[in-house]
Amino acid sequence: MIIYRSHILVCGGTGCTSSGSNTLMERFEQQLKEHKLDREVSLVKTGCFGLCEAGPVVIVYPEGTFYSRVRPEDVDEIVSEHMLKGRIVRHLVYHHQEEAQEEGQSLNDIEFYKHQTRVALRNCGVIDPENIDEYIAFDGYKALATALTQQTPQEVVDIIKASGLRGRGGGGFPTGLKWQLCKDVPGEKKFVICNADEGDPGAFMDRSVLEGDPHAVLEAMAICGYAVGADEGYIYVRAEYPIAVNRLKIAIHKAREYGLLGSKILGTDFSFDVHIRLGAGAFVCGEEMALMTSIEGNRGEPKPKPPFPATQGLFNLPTNINNVETYANIPQILINGADWFRSMGTERSPGTKVFALGGKINNTGLVEVSMGTPLRQVIYDIGGGIPGGKQFKAVQTGGPSGGCIPESLIDVPIEYDSLTKIGSMMGSGGMIVMDEDNCMVDIARFFLDFTVDESCGKCTPCRVGTKRMLEILDRIVEGKGEEGDLERLEQLAESISDTALCGLGQTAPNPVLSTIKYFREEYEAHIKEKRCPAHHCRELLHLEITDKCRGCTACFRVCPVGAISGTAREKHVIDVDKCIKCNSCIEKCHFDAIIKV
Amino acid sequence: MKSLAELEQIRKQTLERINLRREDKGSEVRVVVGMATCGIAAGARNVMMAFMTEASKRKLSHVTISQTGCIGTCRFEPMADVFIPGQDKVTYVNLDERKAARIVSEHIVNGNPVKEFTITNQDLAQEKGNAQ
Repeated sequence: MIIYRSHILVCGGTGCTSSGSNTLMERFEQQLKEHKLDREVSLVKTGCFGLCEAGPVVIVYPEGTFYSRVRPEDVDEIVSEHMLKGRIVRHLVYHHQEEAQEEGQSLNDIEFYKHQTRVALRNCGVIDPENIDEYIAFDGYKALATALTQQTPQEVVDIIKASGLRGRGGGGFPTGLKWQLCKDVPGEKKFVICNADEGDPGAFMDRSVLEGDPHAVLEAMAICGYAVGADEGYIYVRAEYPIAVNRLKIAIHKAREYGLLGSKILGTDFSFDVHIRLGAGAFVCGEEMALMTSIEGNRGEPKPKPPFPATQGLFNLPTNINNVETYANIPQILINGADWFRSMGTERSPGTKVFALGGKINNTGLVEVSMGTPLRQVIYDIGGGIPGGKQFKAVQTGGPSGGCIPESLIDVPIEYDSLTKIGSMMGSGGMIVMDEDNCMVDIARFFLDFTVDESCGKCTPCRVGTKRMLEILDRIVEGKGEEGDLERLEQLAESISDTALCGLGQTAPNPVLSTIKYFREEYEAHIKEKRCPAHHCRELLHLEITDKCRGCTACFRVCPVGAISGTAREKHVIDVDKCIKCNSCIEKCHFDAIIKV
Repeated sequence: MKSLAELEQIRKQTLERINLRREDKGSEVRVVVGMATCGIAAGARNVMMAFMTEASKRKLSHVTISQTGCIGTCRFEPMADVFIPGQDKVTYVNLDERKAARIVSEHIVNGNPVKEFTITNQDLAQEKGNAQ
């Protein structure tokens, strides 16, 4: 056995990879060799730590030192100071803004992690996702081994049922019940599918699980196969997730080599294998029926339900389909028991949920909290609040199917039912924070624009209805809104929800409905007063130079269309007809003299 | 084809290797070696390697060996602190590889601090020497 005295963990998630963590790995390797430390210090590439905003992230154990925004040239210092001489490089240590004086050293000291409960993400940023042994070390494949040797399929289903786990893809359907339905359908051949077609704008929970802990998903799929009586599984993952796909491939290969996938797993009679199918980028393929149609090799379009996948799914055979995060919970539930799982979260929504925090928030990244945590805690305590001292306005959950939650409801606990009640939804876990500069009409328009783009066109309500709604919203933000537009929108929304074929269409009007419900006055300002209260909609504002202007000519020089005129040391004037509202002058002005009105 | 027993074996072996990354370090024994310029010049690196080799040999996965800066008594380097939960910290001074190995076997494994290497005795001896 080789003991390393220290482990350097470099984040290999997509966020940190794009900010250069691969270069860091190479530099560390070279520096450790140079200082002859490669026998003492182990270098590991892990999955996402969650705090993508501070990336690339490097964590050094045993101290648990959290280095953030590490540049390649910082590596030399970390190695020569911390690794060689044992002195933590303080100026590279991440510190939370509120604790500016007191630098965070251990992971658990950092505000961002303090309020989190990591179940689905428990291995992300801790193990090397390409090393199956490390997964096994943290109780990996123990749940599968126990299930195969000591539990009947029905016992496995019963534990999942008792845990109260609900689908983490957004719908919130009880997972145990889903498994039971599939198990009860007679049939020689059944399938297990993992839905990793994560398409919501700004959501990357599933990607991080696949990148950071791919074996957890494979193990859970095998357990599911055993429980429902399937011997074949598919992971449908977006082609836009190259790192996740690559790690999955390595994981599947390794698991086969270890006999944890394939025929006669662990010497039992149970056989199960997994294939990867890449999605070509259609949002609708995240809808289960469309996803299965796509795996079959056809154009991804939904089908009417029933029949449900449990009876007639992939290739018309009984199929169980769950989302990545749902699967990531399964091994933990089997190891620790249903009661343990129920001890987290709320009565009707047990467990935890992963959220991708984005938008106007200080700590952009991935968080996992107990269900029932108030939104406020996620946004302010974990997310670190709104940057630039701006005012919080709303938070959007559930992506294009969800809604906007205003400040008055920010103390609502996060769980399936409470979010649905206030016109939003849990969704897969995207959480986009908006501040006073965001126009709610434009936000609604953005999400609807997305749905119109992604509508597969099979059913009329979705294909035509959402398009009509978008046209109305386009008019409103251009200042051509009419009396009665809001009523028309509401009416259209209602008929689309009632008549669309699949979840995409049924929920597409949600962003519009929830913004009308909570920000009606903003819509009315656009329609009646032709004014955008957030000063966001270009057609409804113009730029003006106030008396603060010192005549420095900075704006004059930066204007790309020559709309600003005036002489030096005198107040300049903007020609509103020429102005294209690019805001370059506002950014350039040193005296805050240019305002939007 | 892996069996259950093999799986358990992989689990144990790998855990020993990566135990360092766990956040709950309640039962952990820590050896902290002074590795500032003074310590390194006095041979602290060899001492630390000796601690690591000895811990590896004995498969002591609950022991972490880390380093620290100068604590100001450079004349006693190489130095090391041993922390065992529930016990007082013990500081060893003027170490070498042989002493490090003895500390691992006598103190960490058997629970008897090696008094003759600790700072108090050394210190007193030196003070006595000066007085004479």
